[in-house]
Amino acid sequence: MSNSARFGNHDPDARDLPPAVIRMRNIFKIYGSGSAEVRALDGVDLTIREGEFVAIMGPSGSGKSTCMNMIGCLDVPSAGEYLFRGVNVGGLDRDELALLRRHFMGFIFQSFNLLPRVTALANVELPLIYDGVRRSERKARAREALRIVGLSGREPATPNQLSGGQQQRVAIARALVTEPPVLLADEPTGNLDTGMADSIMVQLAQIRAERGITIVMVTHEPDIARYADRVLYFVDGKLVKDGTPDEVLS
Amino acid sequence: MRWLDIFVMAFQAIVRNKLRSFLTTLGIIIGVGSVVAMVHLGQSATRSVTDEIASIGSNLLFVMPGTAQRGPGGVRTSAEPFDLEDVEAIAQEVPEVLVAPAITVNPTVVIGNANETIPVVGTDNNYFVVRNHGIAYGRAFDPDELNAGSAVCIIGTTLIDEMYLGQEPLGTTLRVGRTACRVIAVLEEKGQSMGQDRDKTILMPVKAVQRRLLGSLDVQTIFVSALIDGSTGRVQKDIESLLRQRRHITSPEDDDFYVRDTQDIANALASTTNTMTILLGAIAAVSLLVGGIGIMNIMLVSVTERTREIGIRLAIGARTRDVLTQFLVESIALSTLGGIIGLLLGIGGTWLVTSRLDMPFLLAPGVMLLGFFFSVAIGVIFGFFPARKAARLNPIDALRHE
Ligand SMILES: Nc1ncnc2c1ncn2[C@@H]1O[C@H](COP(=O)(O)OP(=O)(O)OP(=O)(O)O)[C@@H](O)[C@H]1O
Ligand SMILES: [Mg+2]
Repeated sequence: MSNSARFGNHDPDARDLPPAVIRMRNIFKIYGSGSAEVRALDGVDLTIREGEFVAIMGPSGSGKSTCMNMIGCLDVPSAGEYLFRGVNVGGLDRDELALLRRHFMGFIFQSFNLLPRVTALANVELPLIYDGVRRSERKARAREALRIVGLSGREPATPNQLSGGQQQRVAIARALVTEPPVLLADEPTGNLDTGMADSIMVQLAQIRAERGITIVMVTHEPDIARYADRVLYFVDGKLVKDGTPDEVLS
Repeated sequence: MRWLDIFVMAFQAIVRNKLRSFLTTLGIIIGVGSVVAMVHLGQSATRSVTDEIASIGSNLLFVMPGTAQRGPGGVRTSAEPFDLEDVEAIAQEVPEVLVAPAITVNPTVVIGNANETIPVVGTDNNYFVVRNHGIAYGRAFDPDELNAGSAVCIIGTTLIDEMYLGQEPLGTTLRVGRTACRVIAVLEEKGQSMGQDRDKTILMPVKAVQRRLLGSLDVQTIFVSALIDGSTGRVQKDIESLLRQRRHITSPEDDDFYVRDTQDIANALASTTNTMTILLGAIAAVSLLVGGIGIMNIMLVSVTERTREIGIRLAIGARTRDVLTQFLVESIALSTLGGIIGLLLGIGGTWLVTSRLDMPFLLAPGVMLLGFFFSVAIGVIFGFFPARKAARLNPIDALRHE
């Protein structure tokens, strides 16, 4: 599928900077109405460029996950414009969004979200199944992805036979097996202890260094955010701070 | 997505929940099984009825005195009985027929030390053709014996088994009532028919029975075989008008005799079994419907249960149609599996029943195919709604589902 042609790079306002992958203009996400109205996102403008490692921070309920889901095209904004690689996502239908996710995004969740009672290998194979990759090639690529995250030999294990850190590694392997240009992680270390969290972050940083992929990650912890080279800070659905970890976290 | 992967996925989902899958398909298994069994059994029953009618003699008419509305052997009133002249008249006047008189008495028959009550039929040589019951070995009555009413007899095979204990009966003498009677032939084996052992019988010349056993010149029944296929209606009318003439009856309402066509009886029985088949088949079809609803129910539960899984799949890049086919294939696989098991059980059950009841075992490929496709269709129809529900889930809502 030649989606790279459709979701090509068009960046009007940057000459020397890498092209923008994610560009949001005045994005709103409003739940409920009247007095019960909640503005999960309240006029967000942001641009994320190719190869950036961005951490999204902010207090609980500030709209981090909402923003992340918007970026991942899992949710649609109430108002505003979202361009992914220059393509207006608002003009895409459900299946086009699915293809966009399939080919351009890898997801990592706080709660791992592996298929239960299915082996690690099968979990990693899953995106390739939807891509119509042949069985033998699929298995080989899934094995390789598991090797990269250090889980060689654990292929036949089901999620309940794996530790939290191992499950999250399986999830990373699944997110990366299709070699997407963008990796989206919502609190990837939220359910892990500090040691485990650090090793996961080292792994992500290494993968990013090797592949030059764009990573957007939600986190609560400043220590984790320091792995990123840019931090977006949300309060009450508004993007209030944007800068290097040192600038934002000081 | 490749079809092979879709099937593997569906199969894994079914196997992962073996007991539930089995219980889900139980409705289909029972539905298809009973439809297949009912139709097959109905078919076998119809066939065994028509076979029996054919073994009694095809194109056969019974002529009996009386006004009873029932079939042969039914209630007879004290109407004037027939005699051999009536038999002769039918044979002479009605074209293309073969006529045999029959007088049945039930005397005690003694062979050696054994004695038993056996139906003895007084008739002539036409009987073998008309009743479709030929001689296995030995000879037919000769004309002198028929005219004289000689004490000769032709016996059915049950007598050999039960009373001769397997010994050669030809040329021996047995006692029928008070008459000593020489055995000149043995009838072909016919087996059971209409709950009667047709081999437990003795044939004697009609005059022998009249004179020696009955003591009158009456003829109880006249068997008439129409020699041309499909002419029984015409023959029946001819016989009726002839007998009215001979008995001086002016209007059909005053008939003191009746003519029955075995084809009528066959048709009546066949239509009864047909009605039964349709009725039972309809009940079975309803159970199939219930089975379909069972599948839908479980698929809906399964979709709710697996909402999060669906969310993961959507996040990973599954399109609406990917999720739709996954769940649709799952429900079709379930119902088809149930259909196949039901088919096998239905055929197995039919085989068991028919072999026990000594009925012919006939396979109806049309019904089997229909049952199969019906179960596939049920999977499609009742799987569609849950599958669509799954496919239409909002990715983020599905992912958040607990
Ligand atoms: N489906 C929904 N319906 C109604 N309100 C919602 C819904 N989803 C989110 N919200 C609200 O939107 C706001 C932002 O939620 P969001 O999940 O983005 O917060 P968050 O920053 O990720 O918080 P946390 O750090 O606790 O994960 C919250 O006030 C939340 O209650
Ligand atoms: Mg959150």
